[in-house]
Amino acid sequence: MSSTGAKENSGIFQPPTALDKRLDSGFVWLTRLFALGIAVLLLWIAFQVAKDALPAIQAFGLGFIFQSAWNPVTNQFGVLPQIYGTLVTAFIALLIAVPVGVGTAVILSENFLPLKVRTILVFLVELLAAIPSVVYGIWGIFVVIPLLRSTLGAWLYSWFGWFPLFSTPLAGPGILPASLVLAIMVLPIITAISRDALTSLPPDLRQASLGLGATRWETILQVLIPAAISGIVGGVMLALGRAMGETMAITMLIGNANTINTSLLAPGNTIASLLASQFAEASGLQVSALMYAALVLFILTLIVNIFADLIVQRVKRI
Amino acid sequence: MRSNPKTNPQTVKSTDSVFQVRNANIYYGSFLAVRDVVMDIPRNQITAFIGPSGCGKSTLLRCFNRLNDLIDSFRLEGAITYNGRNLYDSNIDPVEVRRRIGMVFQKANPFPKSIYDNIAFGPRLNRYKGDMDELVERSLRGAALWDEVKDKLRQSGLSLSGGQQQRLCIARAIAVQPEVILMDEPCSALDPISTLRVEDLLHELKQQYTIIIVTHNMQQASRVSDRTAFFNVQLSEKGGRTGYLVEYDNTESIFQSPKEESTREYVSGRFG
Ligand SMILES: Nc1ncnc2c1ncn2[C@@H]1O[C@H](COP(=O)(O)OP(=O)(O)OP(=O)(O)O)[C@@H](O)[C@H]1O
Ligand SMILES: [Mg+2]
Repeated sequence: MSSTGAKENSGIFQPPTALDKRLDSGFVWLTRLFALGIAVLLLWIAFQVAKDALPAIQAFGLGFIFQSAWNPVTNQFGVLPQIYGTLVTAFIALLIAVPVGVGTAVILSENFLPLKVRTILVFLVELLAAIPSVVYGIWGIFVVIPLLRSTLGAWLYSWFGWFPLFSTPLAGPGILPASLVLAIMVLPIITAISRDALTSLPPDLRQASLGLGATRWETILQVLIPAAISGIVGGVMLALGRAMGETMAITMLIGNANTINTSLLAPGNTIASLLASQFAEASGLQVSALMYAALVLFILTLIVNIFADLIVQRVKRI
Repeated sequence: MRSNPKTNPQTVKSTDSVFQVRNANIYYGSFLAVRDVVMDIPRNQITAFIGPSGCGKSTLLRCFNRLNDLIDSFRLEGAITYNGRNLYDSNIDPVEVRRRIGMVFQKANPFPKSIYDNIAFGPRLNRYKGDMDELVERSLRGAALWDEVKDKLRQSGLSLSGGQQQRLCIARAIAVQPEVILMDEPCSALDPISTLRVEDLLHELKQQYTIIIVTHNMQQASRVSDRTAFFNVQLSEKGGRTGYLVEYDNTESIFQSPKEESTREYVSGRFG
């Protein structure tokens, strides 16, 4: 360095120009702005909803979430059945969609099937995500419900009718068909994200496991899925959000009964479905109550997400 | 022209060899990666594979535990026997082969699990019934890692330094007490001190295990190995680069009095 230092400008290097620096910091500020924008948007929506809900909040207080009545005539409102329905449908949907979705992701990320078949399957799964939810609703009404009534629903009622979860016959719309269709709707989210998580694992992980004499399944179950778990759980979280917020298909399939019935074969309701089915005709305090319900859904989703995040943190610690 | 590998006439008796490779041709699709390998790997000794990049050392090494089976285009002609049995016989289960023959890779690849679970992984696969804590300690001691990690066995294996991770991988491999350990450039990412540690370890492991080690480090080959195989690449008629075994002999002979000119040039660093 020092021996050639006498000759100035011998290299082609130049310091970054003022423009380079300004672009660089400008870019950082731009991304900050975007991130901030999302937060502001979220808070603004929450604020607006809360503002419109204020009359109902003043009228019912926290009792709103423990009350079961929904009576626009007497102006009595409570969303306990809808909270129950939201949580139960989302839970059942995930109970089905997580194993099926992760299993599909495994098949699509391993080479059990020829590449061509896998490519087609990936495409089909992505197509599943593109179907409008009203189509799912129609399909549910004309296919799923009749099918369930004559098969699984009838079977559950006749054999397990003594058990509170199946204590009513499936007359038509209900929690079970809604949950089933919901499961299919969130399946592509879980599959796509889990598959991404699995395929982006370093290949040496697989080599290490197989090299120790693990079988393919041992490798998948004990090494690959645990290594990809944070990605998979991330996908499940997104799916959960979608399941709790899904509106159209649920309204068409759940029966919109604002009561709590322990039977999964009976009609029920979710918060999102309540909003969809009542908003058009609502007036006065009912609008405010619906806004309050939206706020409850907002907070419920937040709580579930925080809870899930804590679980992920625990899982990821190792 | 093919040059036949010169094998020392006083090669250990065949009953003492763990592997016998006979006229092995290894293909990836139609590409002949390695041709005409004939060699015996002696038991409880360290055999080193040396040679320029792309000559097929890793390819051949991975044939010994059938890890190449995972590559769809892979095909082997000829025979490799393991303790007298054809390793590629249709009734041989590759999973069982890999349980008996451990492997350490060029790049340390611990599982994203705790140090303890990394070691216990293999034994658990084998439904090990004994004292797992004791086995974990013994394996970590065996890989000269125990003192550094004994207080943090529950921490992630990925929290260790690169050299520690590689020794963790060695400990993981010896935890199942395999008969053979295959090592593909195990020290290529290690500092000189960790490298010496691993080499010392190899000398100890030799008492119980048969070791095959691929290395680009001539000093390492001459320091640790009993026998050395030198591979080279040759342009084939079709323009592909095919590896072949040039010379396979006692390490001393390879480094002091090689029979082939190319071996002499390679080990003395005047290659190419
Ligand atoms: N999975 C594969 N598919 C196709 N060809 C491969 C594959 N793996 C290796 N090869 C080819 O086989 C030849 C030998 O490769 P190999 O990795 O065995 O070389 P090597 O001697 O280990 O080299 P290095 O010292 O650089 O590790 C190379 O020409 C390589 O391109
Ligand atoms: Mg290699």
